[in-house]
Amino acid sequence: MQRYIVMRAGQSIIALIILSMIIFALGRFTGDPIILLLPQEASQETEDAIRAHYGLDQPWPIQYWKFISNAARFEFGVSIKSKRPVMDLIGPKVMNSLRLGLAGMAITLIIGIPLGVLAAVKRDTFFDGGAKLIAILGQSLPQFWVGIMLIQFFTVQLDLLPAAGTGGFTHYIMPAFTLGWWVAAAVMRLLRSSMLDALDGEYIKMARIKGLPEYKIVWKHTFKNALIPVLTFAGTYLATFITGAILVETVFAWPGLGRLVYDSIIWRDFPVLQTLVMMIAAVVITVNLAVDIAYAYIDPRIRYN
Amino acid sequence: MATTSTALAGRPAFRQRGKQAAEALRRAPLIPLAIIVIVVFTATFAPLLTPHSTTQPSLADRLTPPVWQEGGSWENPLGTDALGRDLATRLMYGGRVSMLVAVFTLAIGGGIGTAIGLVSGYFGGRVDAICMRSADSTLAFPIILFAILLVVAVGPNLANVVVAIALVLWARYARVIRGEVLALKERDFIARARVAGCSHLRILLFHLFPNTVNTLLVLLTLQVGWVIIVEASLSFLGAGIPPPTPAWGSMVSDGREYVDTAWWVSAIPGLAIMLTVVAFNLFGDWLRDTLDPKLRQVS
Repeated sequence: MQRYIVMRAGQSIIALIILSMIIFALGRFTGDPIILLLPQEASQETEDAIRAHYGLDQPWPIQYWKFISNAARFEFGVSIKSKRPVMDLIGPKVMNSLRLGLAGMAITLIIGIPLGVLAAVKRDTFFDGGAKLIAILGQSLPQFWVGIMLIQFFTVQLDLLPAAGTGGFTHYIMPAFTLGWWVAAAVMRLLRSSMLDALDGEYIKMARIKGLPEYKIVWKHTFKNALIPVLTFAGTYLATFITGAILVETVFAWPGLGRLVYDSIIWRDFPVLQTLVMMIAAVVITVNLAVDIAYAYIDPRIRYN
Repeated sequence: MATTSTALAGRPAFRQRGKQAAEALRRAPLIPLAIIVIVVFTATFAPLLTPHSTTQPSLADRLTPPVWQEGGSWENPLGTDALGRDLATRLMYGGRVSMLVAVFTLAIGGGIGTAIGLVSGYFGGRVDAICMRSADSTLAFPIILFAILLVVAVGPNLANVVVAIALVLWARYARVIRGEVLALKERDFIARARVAGCSHLRILLFHLFPNTVNTLLVLLTLQVGWVIIVEASLSFLGAGIPPPTPAWGSMVSDGREYVDTAWWVSAIPGLAIMLTVVAFNLFGDWLRDTLDPKLRQVS
């Protein structure tokens, strides 16, 4: 087990290093940052002086080392648009995104789990058909468009819900729903098929012969086992969620990190964008590591493979 | 039917297969197929089908509603956008962008993924471990972020969007094709090919690859929809195809400011995305059930 954890953590660190190298290399493509800092009439000497001041006359490996050691101290440079340190822009938005993300996940679980179980238990009935329809729509509807259509209906036509920004409970309804149901469709489909597999198991037959009540068979014996394959995809779901959050926060003008991604695209604000990508990547890689370790803990077959 | 029974020996099986093929065709999803044909046809022949320009503004006609609504006319059957450009025209040309991106990304991403999957499954060992770890990391990373980063650093255009999406796409092909190869390489015909002195390259290209084509075809069809949505999302965020070239995602984005006055500007391109994606997904489902039912569990 310890060997597995060390190996897996090593892989995560390598992934982070490769990613930081790619980001650093891409940063070189955005053009010479000196041009942005200098007044137009600056002489060659001032340019050289400033270049030396920012360390841009150093060879690349040294520049990369500086980039990494600054990143380790949460110093990510200055935003091109607002001229403020990047961390000052990101800090206040973290909680907003976290709140919306949790609300979205709640929606995913509330829709995805009961429907997935129901579709499997009542196979080939009305429920199964309905669940299939939701799954197909979930895979085919562009999230940003669903958001706009919800605004169209609930804000413009019915004047029921606020279209943008944060505030009370009502501000969460549309963004959280738009964010959550996409992943809900995926969770539901996977849970349905793994429930069907589990229901075929010998131990379920045994439980039936024992005369256990149906709810116990479904929720205690089948559901628990059916959940394992769903959990395997936790990392993939998280990735989908983050992609979704960028789109949803943009549509609903939610003051979070996703909206900041959008703003930095519009302003071509590379320092902000690279920081966001680095941070999100670190979170995703850590979560994946945690999921894998937890998984190896539950299922011994993995750690010996 | 005056044939002898010996002559008929091979026939029932043949007839059975014919019946199966007819049955599969009978269950072919006609509506999705029709949608796919319409999208591909209008995208290909867009310049011949419409008299309007995609980029030329016509401020007198701005925000004309679609023909079925009051104030609409057959001049602009689906209405116009905020600059007075014909929506139907932009929709057809936008379809072109979606189809082009889909074809190129699937060719590049699918090609690289298949190659990696073949090599990874066939050679196994350390090569396999590295390839599959990379594929898993790619799948578990919100790659749209990476695509955005690339596009912001290098500039948005069709080629960069294709590269960015292909960088994500390869992983799924690598995973599925590798799985196929793992099963195939235990079969007798591969062992015989090796005994006959075939090189590794020959086995990969002429013995293993042809046996994965069905799977590949199904996977390609099932992913057209996904690619269309990713491209539309990038264009929506301003990191895709730059304006004034029409792309479905940026058209939805253009309409955001007018949700209260002109619903059609963002509703109609979104509908186009949805119908096209549903059509490709349903068609892919049918293809999978027909060609390769065991893939059911994979995707």
